[in-house]
Formats: sequence, C-alpha cells, structure tokens
Amino acid sequence: MTNVAIVGAAESDLGRTGKSILTLQAQAIPRALADAGLTLADVDGIATAGVSRFSATQVAEYLGLRPAWTDSTFAGGSAFEMYVARAVQAIEAGQASTVVISYGSNQRSARSRSLGGVKETHTPEAQFETPYGPLYPFSHYAMAAQSYLHKYGAARESLAEVAVAAREWALRNPKAYRYGAGPLTVDDVLGSDTVSSPLTVADACLVTDGGGAVVLTSLDRARDLRRDPVRVLGYGECTTNTSMAAVDDLTVTGAVESGRAAFGRAGLTPADVDVLEVYDSFTITVLLTLEALGFCGFGEAGDLIADGRIRPGGGLPLNTSGGGLSYNHPGQYGVLLLVEAVRQLRGEGGARQVEAGAATGAAPKVALAHGTGGILSTHATVLLGVE
Amino acid sequence: MSTEIPLPDDVTAPYWAGTEEKRLLIQRCAECGRFQHYPRYMCTGCGRGDLEFVEASGEAAIDTFTVVHRPLPGFEAPYVVARVRLAEGPILLTNIVDCPPDDVACGQAVRLTWRPLEDGRHLPLFTPAKEG
Repeated sequence: MTNVAIVGAAESDLGRTGKSILTLQAQAIPRALADAGLTLADVDGIATAGVSRFSATQVAEYLGLRPAWTDSTFAGGSAFEMYVARAVQAIEAGQASTVVISYGSNQRSARSRSLGGVKETHTPEAQFETPYGPLYPFSHYAMAAQSYLHKYGAARESLAEVAVAAREWALRNPKAYRYGAGPLTVDDVLGSDTVSSPLTVADACLVTDGGGAVVLTSLDRARDLRRDPVRVLGYGECTTNTSMAAVDDLTVTGAVESGRAAFGRAGLTPADVDVLEVYDSFTITVLLTLEALGFCGFGEAGDLIADGRIRPGGGLPLNTSGGGLSYNHPGQYGVLLLVEAVRQLRGEGGARQVEAGAATGAAPKVALAHGTGGILSTHATVLLGVE
Repeated sequence: MSTEIPLPDDVTAPYWAGTEEKRLLIQRCAECGRFQHYPRYMCTGCGRGDLEFVEASGEAAIDTFTVVHRPLPGFEAPYVVARVRLAEGPILLTNIVDCPPDDVACGQAVRLTWRPLEDGRHLPLFTPAKEG
C-alpha cells in the first residue's frame, strides 16, 4: 500500500487530430487538473515522455511552470506506469506534492511512424539486427507469438480473441477509434493481411494521435479534493532487453517480476483484481502478460480468456476502453491504461462500466494497469484501488 | 537487401574482420567460460573483461521466426527473420535463406551460410541443415 492517490484523469483529443504534440499535452494536463479540482499553480512535479530530448522540461516551460521534480524516463509504452512509482516515491519523500503524468502524440496526423522503427546507428542492434530487416517492433512480437504457438501448441484463435474482445469493448466507448466500426470476428483477424507471420494487421494496435494525463497527490490531501481518491496500492517494474536476441525465452516476460513486486507491495493476488488494463500493442502481448502476472499458468492464457471471459459481461474484464487494438494507440499508450483504470474504479465507465462480480452489481474495487514498452523491453505494473 | 551496416567499433572490429574470411566469431569469457553474442567489452556472466573470440561451429537451431510480408526498403518480401540458437549457446538474429518460407519451423536444424557485402565484409545467414 502507498499513501498516494490519483485524483484526476483525462484524455486529450484522440484519433486524427491535426494538432501538435504540445497542444495535446496542453489539453490533457488542464483537463486532468480540472477533474481533480486543481489548477496548474498546484503542480510541482511533471513526468512525461515523447515530446523532445528534454521532454519534461519542454512541457514545464510550455505550461509556464518551474517544477521541483521531473521524470522523463524513456521506456516506451510502460513509462507511465513507471512514473506512478516514481511519483509515489517523490510525494512520500516530500520532494513534490502534486505530480502530473502526461503524454501526447500526433503520430497519425504527422505520419511519423514507420515499420522499421527508429535507427540508432551507434547501438549493437544497428550492427547485429537491423541488417536482417526485422519490422520494429512488429517482428519481435511476431516471433514471440510463433514461439508461444510452438511451445504450447496453442490455438492461433486465442490470439485473435484478444482483438475480438477489444472491439466489443470499443463498440461501447464513443471515444474509441473503432467505435461504430462494427464487431470483429476471429475469422476477420485471421483473414486480415499478414504483416509479419503469424500476426496480421488485426493483431496489431492502432496508429492514432492521442494522449492523456493523471494527477497524483498524497492520500491525506486527496481526501479533501472533489474526487474520491484512487489509491496507488502497489507498483513494480522490470527492464529486460533492447535487442531481439537478448532474452532467452520470448514467452516469459519481465511482467513476472513487475507483477510479483506490485502484488507484494499491495498485499494482493490476481484473484483480488476486478478489472484489468493490460498493454495490447499486439494480441500476443496480452496472453504473455496475463501468464506472467499469474492470472493463469504458462501456456494457459488461451483457456483463461475463452468463452468471452474478457469481453463485456465476462468474469475477467480486460481493456475496457477497447484497448490499443480498438480504442487508441498514440505510440506510448500507457497513460491511457491509467486513465481507464481510474474511470472504472470511479464508476464512470458508462456503457462499458464493469461490475465487481456480476452478482453483486458493485463497482470494482481493485484495478490493474500493466504497461509494456519497446519489444517486450520494459514491464511495469500498477495496482489501484478505491475504498 | 540492405548493405548499410554501420562500421565496426572498438569491440566489434574482430567480429567483422572474421566475416571477411567467412568465420563467425563469438566471445568466450576466459574467467567463467560463458559464450556471448553480440560482442561486448565485458562478460554478462561474471562482469569481468577477459574475453576471447572463438569461431562458432555454424551449427544452430531455429528458436523462433517470422515471415515478413511488408518489406523494409532494400528487402524483398516474403523473407524470414529468425532467432537461431548456436550450438555454443548464444542466440543470433538472422535470416533463413535458400528455402521456401513455408518450410521454416521452430526447432529446425540450420547451418551457417554467408552473403557478401560490398565492403568486403560478409553477413552471416542460416539455411536448413542437410538431411542426415
């Protein structure tokens, strides 16, 4: 347990916005502060990435702030779950009182994404991997999926189910990129164009603009604010690799360690979690993460998610916004996992609101947000709860 | 295929020099005996730095692979990107060549082959091992 809470959460404009990165940041941060009943003048800590080399500095200046604490750890999509840990520590240590974690990307409008990824010629990858033409990150997740299917004799359809379920949730979220797109079937996923086998374009997350922000402060102060505090119950992380050949077994990720640390700090187990927001860069990412976090044994995720269990109305509600697959994926999606977890815990999910146990009808009490960055490179788990 | 491979650096120079003679060199730690690839300044097993380059046998097995259908510039689809585990232990990223992509499988035995680069170096690739 920690003595820090999320007290505000908001999205920037989403989809294809035609807006700049800093505009999206400057939408998300004030919106999250307004949600909390706070203003920019209250902010003395900023954590963000993906803006520039000096990301947090850039945002601080843009907002006209001189923060006492910043973090721009660059760890891909999981950075924001890592920032929660850092923010908790900064607030508990007294270095900051009110921290904003934010992100914005205009990658769809700016057409700034390429299948090959970003080349850094001084890295070992440039000498030993790039010459072989892997799509980055697509081919790494594809190799993980191939390994998973081979090792466990798992059904290809289990991967597709992740995308099918995400679409079902997105159809209930007016802000989802695929809201109104109609349902997706397993056959649709399998029949889509293969990009890097065995994964098709429908196994991969969207490429959209988007962003969001969450506001954290001490639990004591949170109790005086307008929103019911969403307490940070636990956190953990693990960093594993930058290259595609470094990890011995692609089917066992650093979420093993990040999850163990987070559940340990919270004094909880997977059975206590009412709603899951799990990074879905690709369909395989979700299966590997559920197993690593201990929601089932290794090789058993296909059974775990079968029979609609992760779809609306199922017993293991997962990626209730529609996820990176059908809601929004602005390059580094992790902040939006936190935003959706907060919404669900506050009972603000509207048509997609989850109940903690279908029989009780009560709002969920515990949410898990898990970020995965790079090529299964960085793993960060956050457990959130309401009283 | 793309030949825009960065020049060797202080640690990787012996590796690339080896490829000029079609020798695949991997590092072995004189302290703990561990093999590692790519070459590093220190051993990831024991943290010490007494590393020597030794020639790999060229025997390997496919750990996992993917067939790329949307080629990067300079590549022609479909092509196979694979992780192969050398007989000595380390995993390399490579291409599987000279066989139909549909014939590639996890666990398959492969052997080393080479493609010349314009600057005299060679790029190590793998191809299915001969039967028997």
